[in-house]
Amino acid sequence: MDIDEIKVAVVRIEGTNCEEETVKAFKECGVFAECVHLKQFYSDMIRDNEQRSFNDYNCIVFPGGFSAGDYIRAGAIFSARLKSVLKKDLEDFIKNGYPVLGICNGFQVLVELGALPGFDEDKPISDKPMMALTINNSSKFECRPCFLKHENKGKCIFTWKLGKKEVVMFPVAHAEGKVTFPMEKEQEYVETLRSNDQIVFRYVDRDGNYSGYPWNPNGSIYNIAGICNVLGNVMGMMPHPERAFWYPYTQGRVIFESVIEYMKRL
Amino acid sequence: MIVDVYIELKEGVADPEGEATKKALRLLGFRNVKSVSSRKVFRIEIDVKTREEAEKEIEMMCEKLLVNPVIQKYKIQWVE
Repeated sequence: MDIDEIKVAVVRIEGTNCEEETVKAFKECGVFAECVHLKQFYSDMIRDNEQRSFNDYNCIVFPGGFSAGDYIRAGAIFSARLKSVLKKDLEDFIKNGYPVLGICNGFQVLVELGALPGFDEDKPISDKPMMALTINNSSKFECRPCFLKHENKGKCIFTWKLGKKEVVMFPVAHAEGKVTFPMEKEQEYVETLRSNDQIVFRYVDRDGNYSGYPWNPNGSIYNIAGICNVLGNVMGMMPHPERAFWYPYTQGRVIFESVIEYMKRL
Repeated sequence: MIVDVYIELKEGVADPEGEATKKALRLLGFRNVKSVSSRKVFRIEIDVKTREEAEKEIEMMCEKLLVNPVIQKYKIQWVE
């Protein structure tokens, strides 16, 4: 695909608040990107020229924020609305190999939706959530830069251009980011993620060692900061690459450049 | 019919909200506080004929939205 054919949708609903900078980051990398309200994908109350379908895009992004006020659980309402009207479309989108990214609240949406951890190739969205992003151990909103070690061996298309074991600094800003698996399956899930090459980022200290709080801001199991599905085309991460995009902190660019590189080869 | 749906954390799941509240209460001098846990209540008015029907619907509501089974469980209490 030519770079000027690439189209990115950053999906917003009430309460998302990182869509503008996410769109801006993609645009800066030379591709078409726009904010799209979820309703534009399904409502018949939308003007003709504003109606959209997932087929209009090559990449779908769920941005950070506090969608629907984080009511019930962070991301729960956004994911319920997706599930009710667009589950099949999104499933096809993922199966066809198109990239889906969730940043912070977007990660929470993908988790509540059942698109992550995404162990099943043939069923990219599970019937029930298989993990949760729970309240930080500190019980606080953690808002600051974090060091992340890139753990992926090549499956995740969002980090193609990032060196193995490279450490980057992206900010986190969340109160519910602790990766939690069903208690009786914790070890099994971590092992599956590892063997499937689904772990993308882990929190480290400034020397690159896996460390506890405050380096791991939320108490995530295995220091997990970001994971991808088994196909490698759906990624969710708590830290914000779009907030480490402009000079002098530009390490977040690599996420956008990697997924664009992937789309060019589609 | 009106029913309260209590969403609580499964046993063993960390409850930082409860812990922080306990700490603050003890700081305020409530030394008798042994533990605090958090829960969320949704009061739902539902227009069905029988309690069984309501329970079935609530089970589905919990499955689809109100509960993340990885960390939470629910119980119900009839208000009227």
